[in-house]
Amino acid sequence: MSGWSAHKGPAVLLAAENIDTDQLIPARFMSTPRSAGYGDYLLYDARYDEDGRAVGHALNRHTPSILVAGRNFGSGSSREAAVYALADFGVKVVIAPSFGDIFASNAVNNGLLPARLGAADHALLADHLSEDARDLHVDLASKEISFNGKTLPFELDPAWQTKLINGWDDIDVTQQHMDTISGFANARRAHARWAWPGGGDGRQSR
Amino acid sequence: MSGPRTLFDRLWDAHDVHARGDGASLLWVDRHLVHEGSHHAFRKIEERGLRVAYPELTFGVVDHYAPTKNRAYIADPAIRQMINTLTDNTARHGVRLYGLDDPRQGIVHVIGPEQGITLPGLLVVCGDSHTSTHGAFGTIAFGIGATEVAHVLATQTIWQKRPKAMRITINGNLSAGVGAKDIALGWIAKLGADGARGHAIEYAGPVVRGLSMEGRMTLCNLSIEGGGRFGLIAPDETTYDYVQGRTFAPTGATWDAALEAWSQLGTDADAEFDRDESLNASEIAPIVTWGTSPEDALPITASVPDPDRVPDAKREKVRDALDYMALVPGRPLEGTAIDQVFIGSCTNARIEDLRMAAAVLAGRTAKVPGIVSPGSALVKAQAEQEGLDRVFMNAGLEWVASGCSMCVGMNGDLVAPGKRCASTTNRNFKGRQGRGARTHLMSPAMVAAAAVTGTLADVRPLLEGRDAA
Ligand code: SF4
Repeated sequence: MSGWSAHKGPAVLLAAENIDTDQLIPARFMSTPRSAGYGDYLLYDARYDEDGRAVGHALNRHTPSILVAGRNFGSGSSREAAVYALADFGVKVVIAPSFGDIFASNAVNNGLLPARLGAADHALLADHLSEDARDLHVDLASKEISFNGKTLPFELDPAWQTKLINGWDDIDVTQQHMDTISGFANARRAHARWAWPGGGDGRQSR
Repeated sequence: MSGPRTLFDRLWDAHDVHARGDGASLLWVDRHLVHEGSHHAFRKIEERGLRVAYPELTFGVVDHYAPTKNRAYIADPAIRQMINTLTDNTARHGVRLYGLDDPRQGIVHVIGPEQGITLPGLLVVCGDSHTSTHGAFGTIAFGIGATEVAHVLATQTIWQKRPKAMRITINGNLSAGVGAKDIALGWIAKLGADGARGHAIEYAGPVVRGLSMEGRMTLCNLSIEGGGRFGLIAPDETTYDYVQGRTFAPTGATWDAALEAWSQLGTDADAEFDRDESLNASEIAPIVTWGTSPEDALPITASVPDPDRVPDAKREKVRDALDYMALVPGRPLEGTAIDQVFIGSCTNARIEDLRMAAAVLAGRTAKVPGIVSPGSALVKAQAEQEGLDRVFMNAGLEWVASGCSMCVGMNGDLVAPGKRCASTTNRNFKGRQGRGARTHLMSPAMVAAAAVTGTLADVRPLLEGRDAA
């Protein structure tokens, strides 16, 4: 995953609250291998009718790289496929008053920014986008969204900010700590044998 | 960390391998549960040439795509493929698998506790948001995404930022026909579907102490529907009684050492929570959802909300939900005709749940069709021993094998477009049970009442003179 520190692109408003991960990608598409691309499945049931015909949805008219959505975006299932669908569609930033916790960490693991915006600023931005898609500038380093000479600060956990900017992969980071981990495991096995399946004596019944 | 600590603090500190300066910690994972959805993660580690670091701490189970009928031949190639991939991945990495033919197969959050894989004092993760269920044992348990699953497979650890602390105290007394599901939907309706976002929830108070492990699991399970990635309850005698003697539970001297360690886990009397909420159980009536988020929940005695009478900010949302659900504003919820019922899922398909539903259904006939899918093959066997299967079948419901089934529909058990289902599951999201499906969440007893009447109904009159287990 490559890091990034600023992004400019077209933004679209999806005003609804609680856009959950079941809506972002319906379960029936989840047996698809990632290599096939998940972009077509993004919000599928909202974008296509039962016969697979495109309906009048904002994402059928525009291909935004920024989404502005209502509160509790990405709530529900832990399916990372919801983030794959956004990323494969070309979305780089989602701006909302709040996000599902698991969705937000999945997003960061895929270079997608979940930017939290206070209610008043969110309303301002929603108003700006109410008519049509418009370009926004998102600065990850200063944690600011700007348009039309206005600048709105967004919230993001500092650990996630660093990770997005550097494009860190957690497995790489953690591998520097493998000795500490095995030391911890050995100590736990010695002092809390009960924490191993069957008490760590290897004699568990089946 | 010194000073007064919460249960969550104690568990966190015991698993903190390495605290990074920026507030994130690398945590040790005692148990990692994987299901068919882990295919992305296994591929990720294999692409890097990595192995599962601690296969003996990793357990696999077929549940999300498990057929509930005709298991011998799976017609759908995509479903067959998902199950085969998990079978291959676990075999290649030396991970124990509860496959379709295993007599202990079932839903991951049912069999973890049932097998003693889940214990107090542990840290448990799984690529499924309802992993919060295991917190009922006094365990840090949370759902993770595919990248995190790959990380746990490769390192047996996970990076986390410490969540804020929240306590929900439940006082009063539960009345007949009201249970853990109603408590959960009650607080979610009050605080919102993101009410506990960023927090670990400790459930406390006399009502929680009085709940069985099944009830506690239902309560912790639904934490995520209120936005809480973690829900937990301090262990006590009820917990120890449940755990003792299970396949992977410690025995002998190790059991004694475990009890000693577990008894130290509770929250200090003077520990502070970032948020403290309370609920009076005596005021809770049986609850049903009317909309497309678990926060859209009301007592069965209430009426469908009127978009014109809600605050401006909520109007569009209510209108949209009622449109999807095809409900008329202002009409009583009770009496709304349903098309089918579903009793199942990791929320409400344990033995106690089946007993509750059977207590209502005994000697009665369901007016609508429905499926009963027990939480595990062992729950199924137990229910059959108690004759509950006869009660369901005599009522006209289908008694099928265990799996996630109609909770998420991945195995093909779907609600048809436009159909209305009374369901013991956890999500009434648009399309969750199938495209265009209309889901009403409620307790197993309430689903049984809906089956008997063919409508959304108050279970309490139907329980009169009956012994509800
Ligand atoms: S029963 Fe439903 S909520 Fe539970 S693990 Fe299965 S799909 Fe997830």
